[in-house]
Amino acid sequence: MKISRKEVEHVALLARLKLTEEEMNQYTEQLNSILEHAAMLDQIDTAGVSPTAHAVQLYNVLRDDEVKPSMDQEKVLKNAPDAEDGFFRVPRIV
Amino acid sequence: MGLINKSIDDLHTMLVKKEISSTELTKEFLTHIKNTEAKVRAFLTITEETALAAAAKIDEKIAKNETIGILEGLPAALKDNMCTEGIATTCGSRILENFVPPYDATVTAKLKEAGAVLVGKLNMDEFAMGSSTENSGFFPTSNPWDMKRVPGGSSGGSAASVAAREVPFTLGSDTGGSIRQPAAFCGVVGLKPTYGAVSRYGLVAFASSLDQIGPLTKTVRDNALVLNAVAGHDPKDSTSVPFNKPDYTQFLENNVKGLKIGVPKEFFGLGLQPEVEKVIRNGIQTLQELGAEVEECSLPHMEYAMPTYYIIAPAECSSNLARYDGVRYGYRAEADDMIDMFKDTRAKGFGQEVKRRIMLGTYALSSGYYDAYYLKAQKVRTLIKQDFDKVFARYDVLISPTAPTPAYKIGEISDPLTIYMGDVYTIPVNLAGLPAISLPAGFVNGLPVGMQLIGKHFDEGVLYRAAYTFEQNTDYHKEIPAFIKEVG
Repeated sequence: MKISRKEVEHVALLARLKLTEEEMNQYTEQLNSILEHAAMLDQIDTAGVSPTAHAVQLYNVLRDDEVKPSMDQEKVLKNAPDAEDGFFRVPRIV
Repeated sequence: MGLINKSIDDLHTMLVKKEISSTELTKEFLTHIKNTEAKVRAFLTITEETALAAAAKIDEKIAKNETIGILEGLPAALKDNMCTEGIATTCGSRILENFVPPYDATVTAKLKEAGAVLVGKLNMDEFAMGSSTENSGFFPTSNPWDMKRVPGGSSGGSAASVAAREVPFTLGSDTGGSIRQPAAFCGVVGLKPTYGAVSRYGLVAFASSLDQIGPLTKTVRDNALVLNAVAGHDPKDSTSVPFNKPDYTQFLENNVKGLKIGVPKEFFGLGLQPEVEKVIRNGIQTLQELGAEVEECSLPHMEYAMPTYYIIAPAECSSNLARYDGVRYGYRAEADDMIDMFKDTRAKGFGQEVKRRIMLGTYALSSGYYDAYYLKAQKVRTLIKQDFDKVFARYDVLISPTAPTPAYKIGEISDPLTIYMGDVYTIPVNLAGLPAISLPAGFVNGLPVGMQLIGKHFDEGVLYRAAYTFEQNTDYHKEIPAFIKEVG
């Protein structure tokens, strides 16, 4: 499977990355070389093998639905690039 | 020279006997940091003021003859991907350059509780993606054994600062070898604990199913003492495992009689430098002469660990790093439109390696390719894990080189795939969630070589036992980079 320059553009949009022409070309080449290496996984028969998401078995962690103090709004907003009236402020969406 | 080279036990004894105060000790290390940093550049932030305030409080306790813990009053430093309330946590990235966490990571809180004096935050490859610390968004760190060489990575600052004796101990994080490989390159002891043994709460996520925090120290005993302080179940991390945490120092026994060691043949191919192989074979022989039973074994799917990792880790990274959108924290590029703001913010905030992995991961997870890449890799991950399960039915410990070569020169390697190959012996361990330790095992042309010991899940104890025995019967850990003697 080869990744085309057009696919790289599409993936950049999905990843919300603005790439320069040079980066587009570079990533097309580099991703292809990495994916070429990854293609060796096709040599292995994995029929009937279940996937591993975590090496140590995970379980749902439940707790009682109790109200506990959480972080102050002021503290939470302190790192925001822009905030107003207790909200995060962002550029116009619609 | 005297103080900075002392073990945790010795420094603790000096504090208890009031031969030195925590303030004096902290000042001593801060002075040494100032003398060495121009060359090593391991630190991104030095927290002199808060460190001296913390030390002064501990001195009050000591003055009142209150009992102090083993780490209490001792300087320490953290990799800059562990949150520290009120202290910048950049993750080595421009996108988090001005981020000041509103809370402490669990490991930070635990070290503070243990009384460690935090003197600063350490350089790293941006978002822990890299093996040389050259991918730091700020500057590269040097290897104290040869300033022209890399310290390894991504926890390069954590390893270089211990090697340069700037702090008695540090914490690093390891997703594919990021504690063990820099520990090997810098000639220090680095442990990646079992996945789930140390809380990841407040560790900036790279690949959540692989990331694990662990200690970097001068000696094996120091390492066990630090793990004692940071390991344990944490309700704030749903992937942390409830287990009976032992006192890890109980395993520090100078005895490997009857210990069953497997030497996986697949870990002695793939670009292994002959001089490095010789060091590791000698190390294995040392343990054999001390009474361990050594046998060659095989992990047939190991050659697939690299491609598996380079699908899974970028996939998880692309998902985890979606949060850097210029809205809640971090850098924001100004734009009139929301989507342009996201795209510009991420384009300007992230470095090349991070962008490359986000692209790779996004592609592997995208519609039409998910089954071919991500699901396939997860299935191969099962086979890799099963290989380890099989050999651990017969052996207590596996031994391999930590890295195929000693430290290379800064700027020497630019091809991403070649750099990735340097993690060929450490990556399988993360995929299987196992604990592993790298310890100094010798030198090649004056550069340290690390030997990796791998154990069963939650059997850090056997690693400490074997590593301690090796250390007690060899002198490699006593060697110090030459330039430290000069700045002394």
